[in-house]
Amino acid sequence: MTSLQRVFGKNVGYWLIAPAALWLGLFFLVPLLSLFTTSLSDPSGNPIAGYRFAGRFANYVDVIADYWPYFVRSLVYAGIATVLCLVLGYVLAYAIAFKAGRWKTVMLVLVIAPFFTSFLVRTLSWKLILADNGFVVESLQWLHVLGEDGRLLATPFAVIAGLTYNFLPFMILPLYASLEKIDPQLLEASQDLYASPWKGFWSVTWKLSIPGVVGGTLLTFIPASGDYINASLLGNPNTQMVGNKIQALFTTAGDYPHASALSVILMVLILVMVLVYVRRAGTEELL
Amino acid sequence: MSSDSEPRRDLRLSGLHKRYSNGFTAVKSLDLVIPQGSFFALLGPSGCGKTTTLRMVAGLEEVTAGTIKIGDQDITGEKPFRRPVNTVFQNYALFPHLTIAENIEFGPKRRGVKESASQVKEILELTELTEQAGKKPAQLSGGQQQRVALARALINRPEVLLLDEPLGALDLKLRRSMQGELKRIQEEVGLTFVHVTHDQEEAMTMADTVAVMNQGEIEQLGSPYELYTNPQTTFVANFLGRSNLIKGTVVGREGSGADAVVKVDMYGTVVSIKQGRVHTDSTEGWIGIRPEKLLIQPEGTSLADPGNHFSSAVVIGASYLGVSTEYVLKMPWGQELMCFEQNRGVRGGLVELGTKVDVSWRQEYVFLLDSSQDAQAGREEE
Repeated sequence: MTSLQRVFGKNVGYWLIAPAALWLGLFFLVPLLSLFTTSLSDPSGNPIAGYRFAGRFANYVDVIADYWPYFVRSLVYAGIATVLCLVLGYVLAYAIAFKAGRWKTVMLVLVIAPFFTSFLVRTLSWKLILADNGFVVESLQWLHVLGEDGRLLATPFAVIAGLTYNFLPFMILPLYASLEKIDPQLLEASQDLYASPWKGFWSVTWKLSIPGVVGGTLLTFIPASGDYINASLLGNPNTQMVGNKIQALFTTAGDYPHASALSVILMVLILVMVLVYVRRAGTEELL
Repeated sequence: MSSDSEPRRDLRLSGLHKRYSNGFTAVKSLDLVIPQGSFFALLGPSGCGKTTTLRMVAGLEEVTAGTIKIGDQDITGEKPFRRPVNTVFQNYALFPHLTIAENIEFGPKRRGVKESASQVKEILELTELTEQAGKKPAQLSGGQQQRVALARALINRPEVLLLDEPLGALDLKLRRSMQGELKRIQEEVGLTFVHVTHDQEEAMTMADTVAVMNQGEIEQLGSPYELYTNPQTTFVANFLGRSNLIKGTVVGREGSGADAVVKVDMYGTVVSIKQGRVHTDSTEGWIGIRPEKLLIQPEGTSLADPGNHFSSAVVIGASYLGVSTEYVLKMPWGQELMCFEQNRGVRGGLVELGTKVDVSWRQEYVFLLDSSQDAQAGREEE
């Protein structure tokens, strides 16, 4: 630190923050403000000529009235996917942290491995896996789990499955990070103090992994509720999420003000939910 | 716990054996009875099996063979959370997300004890932690955390309290004061304490009975006084305090019964050792004498001469420790012996290096060990 201080003087901290702050200011704050002003603009303009700021809150009323089912669907799909991720991810993260032994590193690399291919390609391959003449559907039909003309692709199931798959690593990593820190001796102590293995798990392991649970669910739920790739590749017109509507309004309809209003609402909605959630989970005490 | 009419609830380990899946045998057919209400220490170097033994009693380690009983109750296969046994872990293992009071209340709550709040209050007072009740473990000092670990176990009034190197993480000064504290608490609550430690001083100051463990077996068991004054193996002689071990040859026996003595020739001097202090049947042996039992005096001056006497030893090393001085003597036969002398001021200074000295000792302090044992066994590698 002293050598850094010699170069930058007393305010070395500010200098270290500066590059990232500049980047975020330019490419996050400015677009965010632009999004906000666009959301209050007159929708009669067009993307090329631009939109005139009109303080038009009616945009918000319009999109809520027209598109509220998309919000509901987004939150429900993302919610189910998050719960599924939590269940699958917790078991796996627990196994990696406590049972994997020398396979720990290999398993962690495997968790991250999907990131080596693109999000789009992975989702497209799910399209193949769940296709009507694919082996999954045919096997399920043979087992009479699915009817003769039953299908998986273009159903809510496919969308939720895709969301669950794509965001699972974001759940596993924070869970692993907090589970791995737990001293196994604490579990022994709980058993020594008359807690059965289950009681010990709930009163010690689960409680100490809450920061990971909160982190993981946020990292899963937030992007999942704004996602449109899974719904557009694996779903049908009736499974569209709010992301699909935003995308359609921006790119197809060229209606920037309404698209922006939709985005702002989604953002605020998620922000409020996160605040309530973090408050209730009481994580600030754990951190 | 038990009234007078009930049978004694001693902790009995019979043929207790632990072999790990990698083939390492940590504990070899251990037989041990720990009387109810005693302060018992398992003393040994790291890897001697003492912690494994403790963990088997706690139920945290599976038993390969043998039984663990408290009184007549066999708890060998019992789940840890069903045993009337609690542990003070080496690094305390306090629950970081719970307050001190919640940590202590953990056991009573799991057992559904109704009046746990008053019990917590009581134990907080006993361990002088009342003011820390609302804090988290991380906010406490090492010594305070140690007391929380103790309180958390004690509140359950276990039949046996297991302490795994409980003072190992504390600095020397705190360790000394906690030794007294632990002893006081044990006397106050009257529970059976089984204390695992590698620190011989800790074991000696606190325990009524000490079992010295080495390589999965008990070398010797007894009161600290017995163990120190009459060790039976070279390991005990070296691990518990320090010893001079000198080669000797048995030349004869005299007397009978309690007065029987074994005569051992030691480089030309015959040493008489009481039968009760002879721990070998062979004709060769290690003659053992504690360093503080060696008396020295510069040649030509009069020497208190209560027993065996040697001349022509040379002082080749001296460490002045304030209270005492540790001399290293080169004996005429070439061996180096340790001699600890209290600095009582009689001599009016230290004995200079190179001084020729006469050496003597009282024969009743000498012991004889088996010559097949390693004379270096149990020496601390420092």
